[in-house]
Amino acid sequence: MKTFKSLLIGTVAAAAVTSAAYAERGSDGEVKIIYWQAPSILNPYLSSGTKDIESASLVIEPLGRFDQDGNLVPYLAAEIPTVANGGVSEDLTTITWKLKEGLVWSDGTPLTSADVVFTAEYCMHPEGGCAQAAKFEGVTNVEALDDLTIKVTFGEPKPYPYQAFMGGQSPIIQKAQFQDCLGAKAPECTEANFNPIGTGPFKVVEFRPNDVITMEANPNYRDPDKPAFATLTFKGGGDAAAAGRAVLETGEFDYAWNLQLAPDVLANMAAAGKGKPIAAFGSLVERIEMNMTDPSPDLPEGERATAKHPHPILSDMKVRKALSMAIDRDLLVEIGYGQAGRPTCNLVPAPELYASDNTDCLTQDIEGAKALLEEAGWTDSNGDGVRDKDGMKLSLTYQTSTNAVRQDFQALIKQWWAEIGVETELKNIDASVFFGGDPGSPDTFQKFYADVEMYANNFDGTDPEAYLAQHTCEKAPRPETQWQGENINRYCDEAYDALVAELGKTAELEKRGEIGRKLNDMLTKDSYVVVPLVDRGRVSAHANSLGGVVLNTWDSELWNAADWHRIK
Amino acid sequence: MTDVTAGPPASPSAMPRPVRSQWRDVWDQFKTHRGALVGAGVFVFIVLAVVIGPLIWPYDAQFIDIRSRNQGPSFSHPLGTDQLGRDMLARMMAGGKVSVAVGITAMLLSLVLGTAIGVLAGFFRRLDGPLMRVTDLFLALPLLPLLLVMVMLFREALSSRFGPETGIFILIVVAIGVTSWMHTARIVRGDVLALKEREFVLAGRSIGTPPRRIIFRHILPNVLSPIMVSATLGIANAIITESALSFLGLGFPPDFPTWGRLLFDAVDYLQQYPERVLWPGLAISLTVLSVNYVGDGLRDALDPRIRGR
Amino acid sequence: MLNYIIRRLLIAVPTLLFISLAIFLLLDLAPGDPTAQMPLTVPPEVREKIRLALGLGEPIHVRYLLWLKQFLINEPLHIFSDATGWDVAGDSQRVISWQTRSPVFDIIVQRLPQTLWVVGMSYVVGILIAIPIGIISAYRQYSWFDQTGTFVTMVGYSIPPFFTGVLVIVIFSVQLGWFPSIYDTTHRVVDWDTFVFQLRQMVMPVMVLALQTTAQISRFMRASMLDNLNQDYVRTARGKGMTERVVLLTHVLRNSLIPVVTVIALGVPGIFGGAIITEQIFKVNGIGQLLITAIYAYDIPMVQTLTFIFAVLIVTFNLIADVLYGVLDPRIRYD
Repeated sequence: MKTFKSLLIGTVAAAAVTSAAYAERGSDGEVKIIYWQAPSILNPYLSSGTKDIESASLVIEPLGRFDQDGNLVPYLAAEIPTVANGGVSEDLTTITWKLKEGLVWSDGTPLTSADVVFTAEYCMHPEGGCAQAAKFEGVTNVEALDDLTIKVTFGEPKPYPYQAFMGGQSPIIQKAQFQDCLGAKAPECTEANFNPIGTGPFKVVEFRPNDVITMEANPNYRDPDKPAFATLTFKGGGDAAAAGRAVLETGEFDYAWNLQLAPDVLANMAAAGKGKPIAAFGSLVERIEMNMTDPSPDLPEGERATAKHPHPILSDMKVRKALSMAIDRDLLVEIGYGQAGRPTCNLVPAPELYASDNTDCLTQDIEGAKALLEEAGWTDSNGDGVRDKDGMKLSLTYQTSTNAVRQDFQALIKQWWAEIGVETELKNIDASVFFGGDPGSPDTFQKFYADVEMYANNFDGTDPEAYLAQHTCEKAPRPETQWQGENINRYCDEAYDALVAELGKTAELEKRGEIGRKLNDMLTKDSYVVVPLVDRGRVSAHANSLGGVVLNTWDSELWNAADWHRIK
Repeated sequence: MTDVTAGPPASPSAMPRPVRSQWRDVWDQFKTHRGALVGAGVFVFIVLAVVIGPLIWPYDAQFIDIRSRNQGPSFSHPLGTDQLGRDMLARMMAGGKVSVAVGITAMLLSLVLGTAIGVLAGFFRRLDGPLMRVTDLFLALPLLPLLLVMVMLFREALSSRFGPETGIFILIVVAIGVTSWMHTARIVRGDVLALKEREFVLAGRSIGTPPRRIIFRHILPNVLSPIMVSATLGIANAIITESALSFLGLGFPPDFPTWGRLLFDAVDYLQQYPERVLWPGLAISLTVLSVNYVGDGLRDALDPRIRGR
Repeated sequence: MLNYIIRRLLIAVPTLLFISLAIFLLLDLAPGDPTAQMPLTVPPEVREKIRLALGLGEPIHVRYLLWLKQFLINEPLHIFSDATGWDVAGDSQRVISWQTRSPVFDIIVQRLPQTLWVVGMSYVVGILIAIPIGIISAYRQYSWFDQTGTFVTMVGYSIPPFFTGVLVIVIFSVQLGWFPSIYDTTHRVVDWDTFVFQLRQMVMPVMVLALQTTAQISRFMRASMLDNLNQDYVRTARGKGMTERVVLLTHVLRNSLIPVVTVIALGVPGIFGGAIITEQIFKVNGIGQLLITAIYAYDIPMVQTLTFIFAVLIVTFNLIADVLYGVLDPRIRYD
């Protein structure tokens, strides 16, 4: 418990980071941002697309944000509540936020605790279909103690209470603007959803859904010198290459988001000298999931890829390990991500507290993999280059979503697996189908009608508890759950479930880290059901003349747009 | 150049005996068309290259040699290598096999469908309404969801019956054919509407020629030129649509190169490795151009008024 | 003729209703999910709630009839109310997009200007170039003009816009810096300078799109002219001593227009449909981009409404083409 408190005190101290403001508000003219996915709405409670959350973060703000290192920084709150400063109750069932004094909305009216309470009410409304409902999970009551104080009560002790009102996903919206938009009426408030009144550095002038947003400096922003820019254009659409070109080569734009490009293409663009790519790492990991159940099309529908039939090949841990050993992760990074990636063996690569020291997989070992397969009884008895056992060929289908880098990875891995005598059939599926949860489609990643599949996933904020809890037995997608569920590979281990339950009751940070690392290892190096490949960072680019950019993967990338300025 | 082995696609042996001399005339006329001969030559060369090429070329299209990636043209890799070190010439040949096959089969399918529907609608008034409304329906259906549905419903069934490659080939050819016949149908119908009021058709009808004969002897030869244009445009369309399908994950497996896909993948590298865009672009253009010239020659050869000159 | 038009219009109503049903069933059958684009961190229970909030829990016929009612009754009422200021619509529900939670028609209206500017202009430019090329190519068959025209148009047609678009951007924006690579949809033409800017930002997408149109139409024009140039009536006209100009432009051209009119009429709904790839490359963000993002996001009301409007245009323009056949060739009779 002690370390938990001390860490929180540390984060509060680290919060006092502001750059010296020598510019005057609006003195630097216009800043132009390009996102190759266009924002379709400015209300993060109705859409959880990154594009929507990040564009909205220029306008509406949460009580606190995560900074580039994952520390908590107060925004609308006067400070981050902790057990030490009395903000979090000793029994961990309440958290009390205190707002900064004198905050006003961009329309000049004061921001009060009523707005915060209303925000919770808006998202927790049962008919609203709130996209951020998970942030409010376990919250039983949100009440205003006075004009500036809000008390959030949880149904049971919440060791990590910084979900609601924290980060870009959970900003405060104005009660006066949204009070007629509760529940089923939420989608009808087009005007409010397109032009939310906020406290952020900018306010919306015109919003064209899926196209462009024009903004101007918020005249009532709390720091009188900020933002430095008078207007902001937020253009959406196109593709990553075009966005990179507009910032790095033609200089038409100042900031481009998420440039998922081949490393040499990006380097070539950067060589034009108009701007520079920047990278930062979060918790996003590209991984291969091993199907623990049999996806064979010969099985009757309803039993295919369920726990009724264990996988005939991949149930053997030796095979899974051999498949992992055959992969050269350094090369994957070099080809696919360059500075935006680093090889990893961990499902949870960050923050440091939860990152295991597991590095066994980093060296490719083809011979070791072959030996392991021999040991498991897989031999090439007919000399066709593909191993077999009891008349069954060591042949796997390998699916992923359509994306140039993923297809390169598939080709490379297929070749390495061929070297150890594993035959691979590749399949790529359009992302909107693959990640769409349509139970009628055979091609969703939840249904997993393939032997192995590759995708990337991460967790919100800095606490991986919910993320690790995805691999408990009852979260396996199956017909009874309409194929919904997050335990994609259908891993099921009682010891794991027990440890997850223990994590849910542990508040002491050091201990949480220890359990987290143990859980990570159980999924990766102890069982190889998840084979992590690359810790994927985020690469964005900004013009040389744009100052103040701090790339942040724990929160909205535009989290500190108030500090951006023109370098003269 | 004159003894290129390609005869006119409509093979003489398929025709009844008395017509044989007419097809000889057609061939003679075709031979005098220089563009058509060059086109036929180039086309035969392309077909041979993609069919026989992979058998003699030592590199496999899918073999990755990571140490020699991103190389320019050299003696061992005449067209260079791609970002994973795969030999571009091998990929071009393997890709060409798929692209040419898909292009021609899908074009033929859409042509046959389009011509049949166009002629029937234009010639028989009773069929005009229903057939043209069906055309409207197909024109109106959004292509992408239609393809998604087709892939979802038929991919597994076809793959298990014909094997993954042939299964997907059939699926793609049918998908492209079924979604691209409407223009041809409308154009042919428009022409037929005008043709059937012409004197020679009226004459044919008045002496009691059955509709089938009128269609095959009088109508079809006269709508051949828009059909030929549709055919050449159709091949280009099919090759490019196939690339879009693969790109969306609806087409061939990702390790399966096709020209359209090679072109698409290379666009990002346009500035660093322009030759990588050049090869597939050139190959598609050459194929389309050669088919276009063959089509020109064929049209002239089949037009009795020109043939006599 | 009038009779025919009225009959066709009457048939159009059930046809369009059937098409709308077919589109709806197709979209429903297509795999996809409105929550697919959300990050994987959003848990399944939340996704299910979102789906229910969007009305996906209702049976299909209810959803179809609801859309039909919103489209055919509520939308016209709202348009009428907006136009006259006389509130007949009340708070009846309009067609709402799932992605943006705003009325579909407002977004379409917002997108129309840039689509009409760019795609419409390229169509006009394409036709204006294609028809003379087609005529001259046919009249001087196998001349150098014909050969060059054939070569350029066929190469132009066989190279897809995802390549030509990037190529012109690299040449004219990156290397030469003449034109902007990103289209500014908020730009308004108010004076000469802004007009010049509008022209500059339109040049590249119009160029890329017009290449396709030109190639297609000039090929059909040429083929059709060639067919007619050898007809007896041309010989007759020449024999009567008419000038080549009259023979060509009055007699042959008019008779050659039927396939060309078909192609042009089929292309007009396409203008409204926008140009998916070209719009994406130049960030024009018109109707084409709207449709493709809606399809990816599984935004059924948006896709359904767009494709249905598209269907109405197709039916209309095919009718116009049929009427034009009769005008161009009086022998064609439908009655």
